[in-house]
Order: sequence, then C-alpha cells, then structure tokens
Amino acid sequence: MHALPPAPPPPPRRQVFVGTALAGAGVVTLVGGMLAVWILQRERALDAGSSWVPDGVTIPEVPSNVMLISIWGLCVFAQWAAWAARRDDRVHAGLALGLVGVVGAAIINAQAFVYSQMELPVADETGYGAMFYAVTGTMIALFVAGLVFTGVSAFRYLGGRVMDREIVAAHALFWYVLAAAFSAVWLIVYVTK
Amino acid sequence: MSTTDITDTAVTSAVPSDEAARAGGLGALATWFTTADSKVIGRNLIGTSLLALLATAVVGALLGAERIDGADSLIDADALPQLFTAYRVGLVYGVLVPLLLGIAVAVVPLQLGARSLAFPRVAAAGFWTWLGGLILTIVALADNGGPGGGNADMVDLYLAAQALMLIGLAAVAMCVATSVLTTRAPGMRMSRVPFFSWSALIASVGLVLALPVALGVVIYLYVDHHYARALFGGNTGVGSWTAFVLTQPATYLFALPAIGVFAEIVPVTFRKRMPLRPVVLTGLALVGVAALSIVTQQPLHELPWSGSGLSFDEFGTKFGDLLPYALFMLLPLLGAVIVLALGALAAKPEGTSPRLTPSFLFAFFGLGMILVGMVGGALLPITDLGLQGTVFEEAATVYVVYGGVLGALGGIAWWLPKWSGRVVPSGPAMGLALLGVLATILAALPYYIAGFADQPAATGTYDYEGPSALWNTLALVGHGLMALVVLGFAGLALRPARGRAATQGVGDDPWGGHTLEWLTTSPAPAVNFQEVPTVMSPEPVLDLHGPEGAER
Repeated sequence: MHALPPAPPPPPRRQVFVGTALAGAGVVTLVGGMLAVWILQRERALDAGSSWVPDGVTIPEVPSNVMLISIWGLCVFAQWAAWAARRDDRVHAGLALGLVGVVGAAIINAQAFVYSQMELPVADETGYGAMFYAVTGTMIALFVAGLVFTGVSAFRYLGGRVMDREIVAAHALFWYVLAAAFSAVWLIVYVTK
Repeated sequence: MSTTDITDTAVTSAVPSDEAARAGGLGALATWFTTADSKVIGRNLIGTSLLALLATAVVGALLGAERIDGADSLIDADALPQLFTAYRVGLVYGVLVPLLLGIAVAVVPLQLGARSLAFPRVAAAGFWTWLGGLILTIVALADNGGPGGGNADMVDLYLAAQALMLIGLAAVAMCVATSVLTTRAPGMRMSRVPFFSWSALIASVGLVLALPVALGVVIYLYVDHHYARALFGGNTGVGSWTAFVLTQPATYLFALPAIGVFAEIVPVTFRKRMPLRPVVLTGLALVGVAALSIVTQQPLHELPWSGSGLSFDEFGTKFGDLLPYALFMLLPLLGAVIVLALGALAAKPEGTSPRLTPSFLFAFFGLGMILVGMVGGALLPITDLGLQGTVFEEAATVYVVYGGVLGALGGIAWWLPKWSGRVVPSGPAMGLALLGVLATILAALPYYIAGFADQPAATGTYDYEGPSALWNTLALVGHGLMALVVLGFAGLALRPARGRAATQGVGDDPWGGHTLEWLTTSPAPAVNFQEVPTVMSPEPVLDLHGPEGAER
C-alpha cells in the first residue's frame, strides 16, 4: 500500500511541561472554585447579621504571613533548580531541589502550627471550621503533591537522567501555580477573614 | 492541497494491539491492569461505561414505571431519591463523560500519528480511580446514601466516591489534552488536527478546568456533612450543591466529542473534503464554551421574559439576564448548528454517491438528538414558560446524553477495525441506529410534553390534567429500548468475523478514511505506527490517492 514517507525523529515536545501546565490550570480552578464558595458563604453570614469568624477564634497572622513569604521563596529555589539543570549543573540543581523540599515541609509545618494556635474545632456550629479546614486542607494536599513532584524530579535528574531537564522546569511551574493559589487563599482566608 | 511524495514505506507491523494476548493467566490479568496501550485503556473505559449505560437505562425504565400512576405505588418512597440520583449520576459520570473520553483515549493517538497517549499510566490510573468511584457510588446509594440519604456514613461515602470519579476523569482528560498538544505527527499543525481529535481537545481542556471546581464543592460538602452539617444543608443539600455539573449546559461540554464524531465521518461518507474547515473547528470550539458554565458554578439560569420595558434601568437588568444565558446556552447551540450546517454542505451532491455506513447514521442521529436537547436547554431558563422544576429538564438531559451515546456508538463502529480488526455488520447496525433514535425520542420527548403540563421532577407523585400515564409509559419503553440497543450493539461488535472478513481481514482502510489512523494496520499495533508519518494537509490519507482520491 502507499504511505507517507517516514518523518525525522520528532523534536522535543515538552510533554511533561504541558501536562503540568494543564494540571496547574486544574489546581487554579479547584482553589478558585473553593474560594468562590467561601466568599459566597461569608457574604451570606454577614448579610444575615452574624459574624463570619466564630467568636473567640483568632487567626494567627504571623505564621500565615511566613507561609506566604516561604512559598514565594520556595519558587526562587525551584527556579534556581531549573536554571542549574539547563546548565547541567547537578550540584546546584540538587541543592536547590533539596531546599525546595525543606521549605515545602516547613510550610506544611507552619500550617499545622496555625491549626494548633487557632484551636478551632472542625465541627463548630457555624460551619466556619469545616470550611476553613476544607480549604486549607486542600492546600496541604496540594503542597504534598508538590513535594512528591520535587522528589520525583530530584530522583530523575540527580539519578542520572541529566537530559531530563524538562521535568525540573515543569516542577518549578507547578510550584509557581501553588504559590499563586496559596496567595489567593492567604488574602481571602487569612487577611480578609 | 499539496502532499509529500508517495512511497511504499507502509506501516505494516502486525504487532498485536492487545498486550494481554501475549501473556497467559495471571500474567494476562497483570498486563491488563497495568497496560500502557491507549487502545486497551480506551476499551476499558468504553466497555465499563456501556455496562453503566445498561444499568442506568434500566433505572430510567424503573423510574418511568414508578411514575405511571403518579402515586408512588411501585417503589418504596424512601428509595426513590437514591434511584433518581443513580439515574442522574449514571447518565453523566457513569456514561456520557467516560464513554466519550474512552473513545478519545483509544483514537486520538492514532489520529495524531503518535506512538502512544501522553502519560498512558496516568490515564490507566484515572480509569481505575473512576471505576472505583463508580462502584463506591453504587454501594453508597444502595445503602441509603447520596443526596437526601438517611445513612450518614453512606452519604459521606457517596461524596468521597464523587471525588474519586472526578479525579479519575480529570486525569484521563489531562492525558488526552496533552496528547493533542504535544504528540502530533510532524507537519500536523493545530489547524490540521482531525475533527474528532479537535473536539476531544476542547472537551478535555474543558474537563480539566471544570471538574476540579466540582471537586472543590464536593470537598466542602464532605467536610461539612461529616463534621458540622451547618452551611450546606446536610444530606439534602448535597444534590442542589452538585447540580450544576449534572445538567445543561454542562452536558454540552461532555457530549462535544460526539459532535466531533459526526464532523469526522461526514466528509468520508460524502467522499470529499469538509468545506470551510476552520469554521467547523470554530463551531466545535463554541460548544466548549459550556465549560465556563461549570467553572462559574451556574446551577440554573433564569431569563424573565414578561414585563420587558424599554427604560434604561430595565435594559440593564435584561442585559444582565441575557448575557450569561446567551453565553452558556445559545453559543454552544450555535456551535452545534454550524457543524450540522457545514455537514449538510458537505452532503451536497457533486457526482459522487455517498457511502452510507452505520457509523454515519449513529453520528447523524446523535447530533440531531443533542441539538433537540440543546433547544430544550435553551427554553428551560425562560421563567415565563414555567418549566423549571419539572421533568422538562430531565428530558433535555436525556436527549443530550442519549444523543452523545448514539454518537459514541457511531464512533465505536467507525474505529472498531483499528481496535479489533472487525467491522459491525452494516444491516443490523443500521437497524440499531434507527432503534436508538426511536429509543431516545421515546425516553425524552414525552417528558418535554409532561414538563409543559407541570409534571414535577424527581418525584413519583404528581397530579395534572392530561395523559400522564401515556407519557411515563413511553419513557419507560424508551429506556428499555435503549438498553436493548446497547446489548444488540455489543453483540454485533463482539461477534467473531465471518466470511471474507474472517479470512482476509477488513483491510487497513475499510471506509476510505481521510486521517492518519487509516494508514496503520487493522487492528493497530500496540505502538500504533512503526514509523511516524509526515502530514502536509488535514486529510493526509486522501492526499495519498491523488486528485481523484475523494472519488474512491
């Protein structure tokens, strides 16, 4: 039968990067949708004349601000890893990925500290507690996913696949998305209250 | 349209498509569980969702029987909410989304000239996650869970199962979208992507953006229901908070690949290139606008018709009502009409006789039914018609879902040679297509009429003037017929080849197709193509046969 001639080997397609971008778009709509419902419920509570944050509950601002600063700092480390990987600098890439892991774990620790400081029950009768833990818990789950991504990137790149720079760049993109999502959570949940 | 030189570097691999065929016993099972062959993953999705369709059609028939006398006489009233939920969730998450995604998983890499799907193991994981969620949904509903359920643990389980299904489907959609964006054959610019793959791309991107929004709501519902039951209405609020993703216009996005199947088959049927190809691509993309309705969590549009004034204040209010309505309800309808109109243009007689196939009939009827559902969806928000809260909405959903199913069956019949090396027998399959459109009309049209007579939705009790027993009996018959169509189609698709097809095979290109999948063998090898072909036009296979290719 007739057929088209074989093509040269396909050029690099940045498949991991594009897939990560799509997953990042999903993260944005996930967190955005949750914050939209948050704003709706808050508005309803205020319109009904009741307070949104339950009486006696104080949201600790210092650790939440530290989380915000940390996650953008983490993005710098993630970008450092991508920069180093592009230059085949495994030492710097490894150091940067390690720092991403440490700071990421610290952010989760800070979130746990916020929980312990607030002493907010999940089952409070206003429903605020359930919503607070739902949205911040979702962020924790996303941070954990980010850390898994960091681990996979480190194993793949540092394990010898030095040509696999794309995954390090995609890893940085994912953390940028998480930083943007957390910034929105910080503004609406921790600052606007 | 120019093309590359024609050579004889044919794709002649006979590598079996099904990896499991090379292993035996437990090995075959393990291979099936862990396969990275997109055709196998797609077939898993298709087969499971057809089983779900069978079950959902039976539930639909049961609900029709329950509503015949309007007195809650057949089924225990406490079980009705669970059955209505099973029916609705089954139609959308159990059938429409996974069925069309399954076809996309199995076909898109072949159409793109790719050796595999992007992230095939993620797609496989997505399938198993969705299947687990579907099974847990059934378990939860069977034990008094779901919206309005009396068993709190099972309501929680239902919500967790919803989350699993959403995550699984979003994962599969991400793989399909990434495939179209990154694994196209050399020379296949986006404007040259086949219509079905284009529709799969639009639908998949829409799903990746939309399903996480529904997931976020489900997370809220789970935490609130499990711990507080304060802000979301407890068990009764579950249905209303998740309704936006189970109704129109969300279903338009889910049914979009079925419209792509029609656009794919029409030019081959009428043996010519599709006229105004960019406009067809635009029409398919317009249907995808429905994704915005899910992202913005629009459960119900309202368009007051009466009391229209010409004052400036009135104009502002009317414009505010009309804009989202036009964006979410009318633009997708316009997109589908564009595809149908250009399909009609392609059908204009020009000396060649069309090659009618069961696939064309299925796809044509499917698009027709989807359009009728879209028109119903456009009428529903007009508050003066008083259709909201009636069975009219259910009818529009059934039109869109069953229309999508007919389109999907057309797609399965079309690409079956690439998956199994078989074709469905033409005569019986055409009969099934006719039966399928009859089933859809019977299952949905009576509820359009009963909606105008104010038969309430999601309840077995009502009281209105008119032949209510007739409408509900016809709906019962319609769902029963759809179950028979699915069974009949599965029988034809799985039937071993006979006669000449059994000895010589069906050939690599049994329909005279235009796109790359018809270059590889039937069935296609696990790696799809031994050598990646180069593409110089949207119809590379048609080009191979020279200027007279269209008249083959």
